[in-house]
Amino acid sequence: MTLIIDFLVISGLILGIWLFSEPRKARFGNFAAAFSLFCAFVLILYRYQIINVNTVAISLMFGAIVGYVVARSVNMNQIPAMVAIQNGAGGAAAFLVSFVELTRADQSLNSVTAISGIIGLAVGAFTFSGSMVAGAKLANKMRQSPQTLSNHNFLVLVTIWGMFAACATSFHVSSESAFYLHLVQIVLSCLLGILFSIRIGGADMPVLISFLNSMTGMAAALCGMVLSNRLLIAFGAIVASSGYILTYMMCKAMNRNIIKVFIPDSQPSQPITQSTTVVSSEKIAKDSKLPDSILEPEAEGNNEVDNVVSAAEPVEPAICVDPLADAAKALLKAKSVIVIPGYGMALAKAQFKVLELASILTKRGASVKYAIHPVAGRMPGHMNVILAEAEVDYDDLIEMEDVNSLFSDTDVAMVIGACDVVNSAAIEVEGTPISGMPILLAHEAKQIIVCNFDDKPGYSGVPNPLYKNNKTIMLQGDAKATVTDLIARLN
Amino acid sequence: MTNLLVMLGFFIASFFIGYILISRIPSLLHTPLMSMTNAVSGVTILGAMLLFTISGTATENIFGSLAIVAATFNVVGGFAITDRMLGLFKGKSKKENF
Repeated sequence: MTLIIDFLVISGLILGIWLFSEPRKARFGNFAAAFSLFCAFVLILYRYQIINVNTVAISLMFGAIVGYVVARSVNMNQIPAMVAIQNGAGGAAAFLVSFVELTRADQSLNSVTAISGIIGLAVGAFTFSGSMVAGAKLANKMRQSPQTLSNHNFLVLVTIWGMFAACATSFHVSSESAFYLHLVQIVLSCLLGILFSIRIGGADMPVLISFLNSMTGMAAALCGMVLSNRLLIAFGAIVASSGYILTYMMCKAMNRNIIKVFIPDSQPSQPITQSTTVVSSEKIAKDSKLPDSILEPEAEGNNEVDNVVSAAEPVEPAICVDPLADAAKALLKAKSVIVIPGYGMALAKAQFKVLELASILTKRGASVKYAIHPVAGRMPGHMNVILAEAEVDYDDLIEMEDVNSLFSDTDVAMVIGACDVVNSAAIEVEGTPISGMPILLAHEAKQIIVCNFDDKPGYSGVPNPLYKNNKTIMLQGDAKATVTDLIARLN
Repeated sequence: MTNLLVMLGFFIASFFIGYILISRIPSLLHTPLMSMTNAVSGVTILGAMLLFTISGTATENIFGSLAIVAATFNVVGGFAITDRMLGLFKGKSKKENF
């Protein structure tokens, strides 16, 4: 009987996830998942006698109120950070539960539960600190760029070794010393989480956040192993597989090996990226014979990369006097426009202005679509939420595989705050960090308008040949201001 | 030993069901999906509740209630934020009603 009820509760969650296959039903799916979790909660209350009802009730109330208030107050730009922090809370809960179970004085654990408890402790604490670092990075409370300490890999190895030592010893000592050993294990796991997360930054964030999501699911399932609770195991495993799939998809969308993302070269990253970019930009200049570049008057040339490019090919004086007018003219003539949003658009909060621009164009009879790269933004599908916030129809948001065939028939491709996802070096140049990464084929459109903050390379450090394309109109500066100016010109 | 096998069976079965289901989800909804599964991972709240089914020491109770606070924060916050996010997604048909 209990088995049947458990199955019913789990199928509630499965139904919830199944409903996520269509945007219209997803909201109900979320409700179904929440309801099945609530049922599981009620089952626990029904099946077991809770001692200390007051403590439990107060803790529940407190967590629920804080969780709800915070979830109501954040705006859509803070979603990635919020998800990371909630994920960290889940990890914390998992390691606390494992810790209490492991160190209970009046209970002898069999070896299976002890081992799952110890792994659960490590995984939970690792996710907790890793997610908190990711959250701090995503909320811009910490520098987003990868931070590599000297001897980073060595430190990681020492931490892992220390964790194993603490685990192994904890089996052979009295329960009191085991308590402290488990504490040491928690501290070391937290340290490992920090070491792991700080050297992942910027555009690799979607992989990190999916991976951490998978790890909390794993920690929850391990908790279930410790407590021999089927519901915990099933729910945790489903979350773990979801996170795993998203991690895999994100890696595939960047054509990167997961190990390369998580364990970058151990040397300080600065000189390496510098030298590869120089090499690759020379390569681009030689190999693909770039058309005359339209150089912005404000191009500062303080960047080493810029100097190399200018040295490699004589740059003609700026041809285009008023790029804004050219862009407006191109947009007025355009019958079809594809907007390519990137993290820069989210940063500049330009999505509302972009929609305003799009509705002007639609009223003039043009078709406006949005091309979404899987890794644009800081978490999987980030751009969709940002655009949904501006009330863009989700039918106009088109995934990479479907949109790429449309570019050659498109009059204007409008890049807003995106760089690496339209970096044609990925398919034209061998040996760059992004070579082989699938990109949005913006360069195939008849005209390209780029509304980026500057013409510096994106996160990958590879200069974008699109910027120097003679079909490209560069509008540098804050995307929101640029789009607002464009709207003024169109009117 | 059988208990372990049953639990492992549960884990593997759930993992594969999740795998099949989640592979079908369009990338349009990946952020809400992640936010929702993130809320589900707060299922450790069940574990935290189970800690209070046998009387424990003061330290155990403190850790236990911390676990409950963290897990409820995760669950309630996660579902609330997913609901808000999904409320933003509007298709053509829905818009015509306005």
